[in-house]
Amino acid sequence: MKNNSHKSRRIFLNKGVKATLLTALGSLGLVKVASKINANSSEGSGDMVELMTTDGTLIQIDSTEVQAMPSAHTDEVAYNVREGMPNRKFVMVVDLAKCKNALKCQQSCNKHHYITGENAWLKVYEMQETKDTAPYWLPSMCMHCDKPACVTVCPVDATFKRRDGLVLIDNDRCIGCRFCMAACPYSTRVFNWSEPKQEFTLNMDMINHHPSPEHGGMPSQIGTVDKCDFCPHQIVKNELPHCVTACPNGVFYFGDKYEDTVTNGEETLRFSQLLKDKSGYRMMEGLGTEPNVYYLPPTDRLVEFEEGLEFYNEFQSVESPEE
Amino acid sequence: MAAIETLVKDLGPKKFSLRGKIWTVLLVAVIVAGIIAYIDQLIQGQQVTNMRDYALWGIYISNFVFFVATSFVGSVTVAILRLTKNSWRTPFVRIAEIIAVASIIMAGITIMIDMARPDRLLNLFVHARLQSPITWDVIIIPTYIVISLLLLYFPLLPDLAILKNHFKKTKPKLSKIYGRLSLNWSGSTIQKKLQSRAIHIICILIIPVGLLLQTVDAWLFSTTYRVGWDSTNFAPYFISGAFVAGVGSLVAVIYVVRKVKRLEHYITEYHFDKMGKFLALACFIYIYFNINEYLIPAFTSKKAESIHLETLFSGDYAFPFWLVTIVGLIIPALILLFKAGRKPKTMFVLSLLVVLGSWWKRYIIVTPTLLHPFLPIQGVPESWRTYFPSLHEWLITGATLAMALLIITFLVRHLPVIPIQRTADEQKDDKLKTAEV
Repeated sequence: MKNNSHKSRRIFLNKGVKATLLTALGSLGLVKVASKINANSSEGSGDMVELMTTDGTLIQIDSTEVQAMPSAHTDEVAYNVREGMPNRKFVMVVDLAKCKNALKCQQSCNKHHYITGENAWLKVYEMQETKDTAPYWLPSMCMHCDKPACVTVCPVDATFKRRDGLVLIDNDRCIGCRFCMAACPYSTRVFNWSEPKQEFTLNMDMINHHPSPEHGGMPSQIGTVDKCDFCPHQIVKNELPHCVTACPNGVFYFGDKYEDTVTNGEETLRFSQLLKDKSGYRMMEGLGTEPNVYYLPPTDRLVEFEEGLEFYNEFQSVESPEE
Repeated sequence: MAAIETLVKDLGPKKFSLRGKIWTVLLVAVIVAGIIAYIDQLIQGQQVTNMRDYALWGIYISNFVFFVATSFVGSVTVAILRLTKNSWRTPFVRIAEIIAVASIIMAGITIMIDMARPDRLLNLFVHARLQSPITWDVIIIPTYIVISLLLLYFPLLPDLAILKNHFKKTKPKLSKIYGRLSLNWSGSTIQKKLQSRAIHIICILIIPVGLLLQTVDAWLFSTTYRVGWDSTNFAPYFISGAFVAGVGSLVAVIYVVRKVKRLEHYITEYHFDKMGKFLALACFIYIYFNINEYLIPAFTSKKAESIHLETLFSGDYAFPFWLVTIVGLIIPALILLFKAGRKPKTMFVLSLLVVLGSWWKRYIIVTPTLLHPFLPIQGVPESWRTYFPSLHEWLITGATLAMALLIITFLVRHLPVIPIQRTADEQKDDKLKTAEV
């Protein structure tokens, strides 16, 4: 009996709630209709605007009815630095067959990122697999891995992965534990062991500058990690990263994986086709880090190798500023 | 009651002798030098160390790992021997607890010294990410500090009450402090029951937490791709290494305390014999994991790993590697097998070898791996290809070690190094037993 009364009470409550909801909705609808009627009865401004519909007929419409439409292009929308640029995926292709160790890429990178340390972010390695194979030059930068080991181990989310593929560093947050450097198999990360002193040695203009992870080295901070950032400050301006434009041999191709195009500034190629035609590969694929930098194998290497040796400096990658 | 009075006289706090004072002053001097070096490191940045982009971790990290390892003595000797009801532990559990507390505190401080931006310490909490092994360390180290402190404190309660009564007339102020700390311990049955239950819970807690602490420490390394660290064997390898470092340092400290406080009557050769067997066990387990870590991989090592093993076996690090393995581990283990090798004096020398070996072993785990990255080391000054600690690093290392020793010295000075109440109870039991016979 008791049970029964409980049940009926519940049913009553349930119905009550539904009824209340219905009434609320109904009254809302009434208000809407009323406002519509009111709007119709009110006069327009009398200021007519001529417009063309999508099928090409001209129409006239009162200016008060004209409303701005949100743009279909999301590029204009201000984006979150940690989220990245929407609908983009940046990749780089490095053609090892063309590299002659001119080092213009490194010099340009050092200059535009105001590098004052002794370890460049972009390095050209002299490589030789075995004694029997010919040596070749290997430009190496941050691979912007899709499974970045550095991001996994960072305890404070100072280094992070964006949707557009970039791995960047928030130097305001880094605690200087150097775990990311230990984790990176490509030895690409560089530490500011001392005060960078960029303002003094490089006459860097820091007035009116807002530091952002989007421009590595602007400024560098003592006790934090720096590395190649794929130059998002250039991409935003629709320009190519510094190393790409500086290279005299067209070694570096930069582009968007979704658009399937890469360019070295002179020629623009289909990204997938280029990899297929020239057997592109990624460095240490076996580790599973999924890099976004692709290499084209160093063909014809014996002949070309001698050329770059005059620039080769085993113990230096950043020129000292006093000159 | 008279028995307790003699025990307090023997085991209770005693004023420093001249030697004790010199020792303390020396420690303080080393610490001051280290603090000066650290302040300089804060001002100038870590360029004062010899760490660079390739040798990006150095002696600070190996010190950290060593301190973490040594703190394991709390879980091993105290908790395990208590839970297995090994009564020979009584005279040295207190010292083991003290060592555990001192070294885990210093481990926490050492890892902060390695941080280049200690001013951003709070980021570890504000922006913590659970997937990073460092966050695991941030969780486990404070936990272990708390549990270690409780493990030292709970068994101390009856002794603090005894000291309170002992100093009531001679030093009322000191008596008051001991009284506060003893939490009104009166020795009633309900208090005893509560205390023994609390200690039991802490003992059960500290074993998994201690194991986890060593494991997380190993995972700091094995979660990277680096050759020599990327090893599934690393966690048990670190745990067994911690067993050695912990018991080794316990033997060394006990020997010194026994000598200085003239406790030959309490810590007898029987106890050293037992400890010696325990240390030998630790060493052999560690040797077993060393074989797993270095010898067996040599059979199937890939190119990069072969190079790494070669540097250890016959290359740049061969001398320290074999010194640490043979003199710091295998020889002590073998000597400890013989009864003559388990005499106090011999064991003191052996324990020093083992502790030094464990310390330097951590350096060999950290450094050679970092100096063999996947890509060759090019485009950096030649000095970056090698690593040896700088003066700053040595001073700071010395200071952290001295600070650990100072904490131990302070606690040994002010607390009964051997549980008084427990010893008294055990003596009573022994007397009853002999009376029965």
